[in-house]
Amino acid sequence: MTDVNKLTIAAARDAMRKGEVTAVELTDACLAAIEGAGALNAFVHHTPDMARDMARAADARIAAGDATAMTGIPVGIKDVFCVKGVPSQAGSRILQGFTPEYESTVTRNLWDAGAVMLGKLNQDEFAMGSTNETSCYGPAINPWRGADGTQLTPGGSSGGSAAAVAADLCLGATGTDTGGSIRQPAAFTGTVGLKPTYGRVSRWGVIAYASSLDQAGPMTRTVRDAAIMLGAMASADPQDSTCVDLPVPDFEAALTGDIRGKRIGIPREYRVDNMPAELDALWRKGADMLRDAGAEIVDISLPHTKYALPAYYVIAPAEASSNLARYDGVRYGHRAKLSQGDGITEMYEKTRAQGFGPEVQRRIMIGTYVLSAGFYDAYYNRARKVRALIKRDFDQAFDAGIDAILAPAAPSAAFPLGSVDKGDPVQMYLNDVFTVTLNLAGLPGISVPVGQDAQGLPVGLQLFGRPFEEAELLNQALVLEQAAGFVAKPDRWW
Amino acid sequence: MSITEDQARKVAHLARIAVDDAALPALARELSGILDFMEQLNEVDVDGVDPMTGVTPMRLKRREDVVTAGGVPEQVLSNAPDAREGFFAVPKVVE
Repeated sequence: MTDVNKLTIAAARDAMRKGEVTAVELTDACLAAIEGAGALNAFVHHTPDMARDMARAADARIAAGDATAMTGIPVGIKDVFCVKGVPSQAGSRILQGFTPEYESTVTRNLWDAGAVMLGKLNQDEFAMGSTNETSCYGPAINPWRGADGTQLTPGGSSGGSAAAVAADLCLGATGTDTGGSIRQPAAFTGTVGLKPTYGRVSRWGVIAYASSLDQAGPMTRTVRDAAIMLGAMASADPQDSTCVDLPVPDFEAALTGDIRGKRIGIPREYRVDNMPAELDALWRKGADMLRDAGAEIVDISLPHTKYALPAYYVIAPAEASSNLARYDGVRYGHRAKLSQGDGITEMYEKTRAQGFGPEVQRRIMIGTYVLSAGFYDAYYNRARKVRALIKRDFDQAFDAGIDAILAPAAPSAAFPLGSVDKGDPVQMYLNDVFTVTLNLAGLPGISVPVGQDAQGLPVGLQLFGRPFEEAELLNQALVLEQAAGFVAKPDRWW
Repeated sequence: MSITEDQARKVAHLARIAVDDAALPALARELSGILDFMEQLNEVDVDGVDPMTGVTPMRLKRREDVVTAGGVPEQVLSNAPDAREGFFAVPKVVE
């Protein structure tokens, strides 16, 4: 077989079982593809020796008849996951040189299933960003380019994961989604990104941004692959007290392609002002596809949608300011060189000023402000009350018999790097308008590539599901994927 | 809500992030812009609504109050910028 790095996870699994390809061959093909894709800046820490060792072990396991669906599948890991002995710095200078002494539950689960570790993937610093431009490694580059060859953002924060999957550098990648960081980059790169229900996947060993919102999930080329990879990532976990004690279903087995009688809601509040006409048209087309498959399309209202962004940008920075207090130059990572007479306060202040990039500093300070005495009620508590109302909107829709909700994944297709005004952070925050609601409500959501815009760039739609019903959500996404028949790939320029 | 340079200096100190005086006007402007954006939340009627603490209706897990890990000081200290004699080392805290 040739170009085996382009296989889907499902096809690679089947080919390995039939003996048509080995895990070592798959891994070598991916390592060669990574080697040739330095221009994408997707992989930021490389682990080829580890990959080959794991691939050999996977081949032995397959030969012994002890394989899982992920055995021998080469994957990339977002830098935010702690992998024992491998640099893990969440795209931040402040964690320079940090090599964890322990393994995140998600990566432990993947290695236990036999997956192969190719390396760490680029991301926005501490997952704070929507363009990958806040990364200490410089941005990952979207394999899709603008019509005139302009370099585009792969989205963020899981931009390296999305770029790597789209460019066939790995068969799947892990991502994390706090406000859209899996779904928006998936939409920008023509790939599939699944954010599971909060609590489905353990957060243990995932470097924290906003703990009540963070959730890890798979980024893959197909819906079936997302189902397979989620099955390997998810588990109950005593190490994460918010991770639920629910059995992990066989998500792939739930992919029947039958959604007859399902009620799909179209939330009118997502039809925002100045929505590009082609995005609106694609959204309607997506609804038609689901209707043609036998679903019932229902107009619904989620009245507090408009307030999700401001609520998110209070709650997430508040939690971040607390979580990131641990980076103090004492236990790990960067410590500033001190001047004569500097005490411990100067050590903290200089270390954090040097170690954190501007967007992370900004969010820590906003979080500090909204939690400070005199402002806690006005900002933080009010935002948490609005969050309760946002979740209530979804609860009411589901109680009224809605099975899933269809919405755009991002307000536009991928845009040029450097085009967001650095002096106006709110402009970047607006990118998350369709995605943050889901994190605030803790629901599962999946972004599926459904078409291309006039420039030929991929555009995605997302489906939101009921809590812990990822299996049903994946099945609906499969129908959308099959009806859309999105097969376009970026022309190789890197 | 407009943030003054003095308030920006205070919040930077609370966050333990050194900010040059010259950078304070821009910081104050950015923070003010973000807080203006958040003002929209005041339009929402939140009377009688409890602040949300968690999205999953589950009781936080309990476990036996026993030691489950530890005894690995070398691993704990292995990433420290400055570790001596089994401790993290920092500049003098008490005069």
